Amino acid sequence: MSDTQTFLDTLKTRSAEYAGEPSWIAARRQAGAARFEAMGFPTRRDEEWKYTDVRGIAQGHFKLADDVDFSQAQAATLSLPVEAHRLSFVDGVFAPGLSDIDALPQGVQVMPLSKALAENHEAVGGPLGRLTGVDFSAFAALNTAFMEEGAVVRIAPNTVVEKPIVLQFLSREGEAVMCHPRILIEAGGRSEATVIEHYAGEENAANFTNVVAELMLDRGAILHHYKLQEAPVGDFHVASIHVEQSRDSVYTSYNLNLGGALARNDIIADLNGENAYTNLYGLFFGQGRQHVDNHTKVNHNAPLTFSNENYKGILGDRAHGVFNGRVFVKRDSQKIEGFQSNQNLLLSDRAQIDAKPELEIYADDVKCSHGTTTGQLDEDAVYALRTRGIDEATARGLLTLAFAGEVLEQVALDAIAERVELAVAGKLPERFNLAGLVEAAAALNE
Amino acid sequence: MLEVNDLHVTVDGNEILKGLTLTINAGEVHAIMGPNGAGKSTLSAVIAGKDGYEVTQGSITFEGQDVLEMEIEERAQAGLLLGFQYPVEIPGVKNIYLLKSALNAQRAARGEGEMPAPEFMKLVKEKLQFMKMDASFLQRAVNEGFSGGEKKRNEILQMLVLQPKLAMLDEIDSGLDIDAMKVVADGVNSLRAEERAILLVTHYQRLLDYIVPDKVHVLVDGRIVKTGDAELAKALEANGYEGIEESAA
Repeated sequence: MSDTQTFLDTLKTRSAEYAGEPSWIAARRQAGAARFEAMGFPTRRDEEWKYTDVRGIAQGHFKLADDVDFSQAQAATLSLPVEAHRLSFVDGVFAPGLSDIDALPQGVQVMPLSKALAENHEAVGGPLGRLTGVDFSAFAALNTAFMEEGAVVRIAPNTVVEKPIVLQFLSREGEAVMCHPRILIEAGGRSEATVIEHYAGEENAANFTNVVAELMLDRGAILHHYKLQEAPVGDFHVASIHVEQSRDSVYTSYNLNLGGALARNDIIADLNGENAYTNLYGLFFGQGRQHVDNHTKVNHNAPLTFSNENYKGILGDRAHGVFNGRVFVKRDSQKIEGFQSNQNLLLSDRAQIDAKPELEIYADDVKCSHGTTTGQLDEDAVYALRTRGIDEATARGLLTLAFAGEVLEQVALDAIAERVELAVAGKLPERFNLAGLVEAAAALNE
Repeated sequence: MLEVNDLHVTVDGNEILKGLTLTINAGEVHAIMGPNGAGKSTLSAVIAGKDGYEVTQGSITFEGQDVLEMEIEERAQAGLLLGFQYPVEIPGVKNIYLLKSALNAQRAARGEGEMPAPEFMKLVKEKLQFMKMDASFLQRAVNEGFSGGEKKRNEILQMLVLQPKLAMLDEIDSGLDIDAMKVVADGVNSLRAEERAILLVTHYQRLLDYIVPDKVHVLVDGRIVKTGDAELAKALEANGYEGIEESAA
C-alpha cells in the first residue's frame, strides 16, 4: 500500500462525519483529496524539499482525534501566561473548556472553524482556500481534504485589539494522531491586532500537525503574527502560511521554532499594494536530531513595497536546519526595498545547515540585499567571560542568546521571550533583557 | 598571597617559561618587565587558566589553593582577575550584564545572595564616574566598537566593580594616549590596598611613572633574572634589557 493510500483510507473512514456539509465544502475537500493523491508526498528529488525528508510523516499511521481529554492543570503549565482571547485545540479538536473568547471586543470575531463551517459563515465561503490552493503542496492539499477545525479571526476596519489573540494547539501522548488545522485571519482596513499561534504538548507525544494559515491584510492593517512552535520533540509539524497585503499594511511575522522532530514552515507574503511592509523575523533552534526547515518567499508584486527579513538559526548535536529565503520582484515593481539576512550558529561539529537565499528581480530601480553566514561560538569570548567568574554554561548561554539577540529584541511579549530564552540558553541567573536593571538605572539618573 | 614556584610552561611544544619563581604578598604592587617573547603574557595567561598552555613542572598557589586545579571561573571567583592586553569584543552581551553576572557569580561563590539592583547600579555608576566613562557604556555590547582606550578603561572598570584580591594587568598601557593612561593609572591606584595585590605586566617603563611598583622583576627568556624596586625600571629604561641579561649571565 502506498503512503498516500494510508491517508486516503483514513479520509474515507472519516467521510461519514462530513455527510451533509454544504456542497462547496465537499467539492473543495474532494479536490484536496484528488490533488493529494496525484501529487503524493514530496521526496528529496523535489527542489522545494531537497533537504527535508518527510518519510517519517508519509510512512506514519496517524488517526484522527475525537476527544479533548486534557486536564486544566496540565494545559495551564503549557499555556503562555498572557492575558489573551484564546482558542485551544487538543490534537486538533476544539476544546471549549480551555478556551476563552467570552469577552471579545466589538468588531472582533474569533471562532473555531467548525462553527464557521457549520454556519456556512460568510467568513469562510470566499476566503477559505483563496490564498492557499490545493496546488500549493501535497500538504496543503491534504489539509484541504481533512479540513474540519481551526480558527477564524476577523477584525473589523479601524479596530485595535488590545489583548493578543492566542490560538493554542496542544499535542497529546498516546496513539499517534494527526490534525489539519486551518487558520483564516482577516484584518480589516486600519485595524491592528496581535495573533499568536502556539504549538506545545506532552513530552512523549509523536503526532503530526499540518496547518494552513491564510492571512488577509486590508488597506492600512497592522498584524503582528507570532508563531511559537515548541511542540514535543517527537512531533511532526508542517505549516503553510500565506499572507496577502493591501497598500499601507504592515505584517510582522515572528517565526520561533524550538520543538518538533521535523518542522517545516512555508511563509509566503504577497505585497500587492504600494507602501505595504513585511517584516519576517525567524529564530530556529534545534537539538538532538531535530530537523527544522524554513522556506520564506516575499513577492513584491507592486511598486514601493518593502520587506525586511532576519532569520537566525542555532543548531546543536546532530540537528539539521534549512533556510531558503526568496525575494521576488515582479516586472516593473520599481522603488521596492527588500533586505534579507540569515545567520546560523552551529554548536556542535555534527550540526548541519543548508542555507539558500534567492533573489529574483524583474525591475531595475530596486534596493535588495541578502546575506547568509554560518559560524560557531567565539571561544575567546567564552574564555573572557569565564575569567570574570561566570561559569561556562552561563557563558555559553549568554553568547548563544546574544547571537539570537537581534531577533529576540523584536519580541515584545515577555512570556514568549522568556520561553525562547530558556530553551536557547538554559536557565540564566536573570532575564536577559535586564528590564529591572534598566529601570533601576533610569531611576538613579532622575 | 600568590606563590609561583619553578614554573615551566610549554606552548605548542615550545618551552616559554623555564623555571619562574615569584611571590606576591598582600598590599604589594609588582611589575614584571621584559623584552618581547620573554614570557610575560604567558605568565598571566597561565594564572588565569587560558587553554593551550601546558604546565610541565612547578606550581602556582593562591592563598594556599592550588590554582592549576581550579576552573577558570573559580580562579576569578576566588579573587584572581586578569585585565587583558587585547580585550575581547563580545557582540550582543551588554556591559551591564557582564558586570552583574560576574559580580553575582563571585558573591554566590562566597555564599552571598545577589546584590539588589539599586545598590548594584549605585556601585556601577560611581565606578563609571571614576573612570570618566559615560553611563551609555553599560548598554553597549562588551568592547564592541570600542577604541583601544575605551577597552582598557573597561577592563579597569570591571576590576573596580569586582574588587579582586589580586589584579593582574597585562600591558594595560598599550595603545593608550597620555590622558587615557592617567585615567587608567588612577583606576589602578585606587585599587591599592593592604589586603590586595597588583601585578603589572608591561613592556615600557612609562606606566610605572604613574603606578609606582614596590617590586620590579625582569623576565628574560622564561626566567626572572633580576628583582629590584622602582629604580630598576628606570635603569631598564636607560640601558635596555641587554645589559641586564649580561649581568645576569
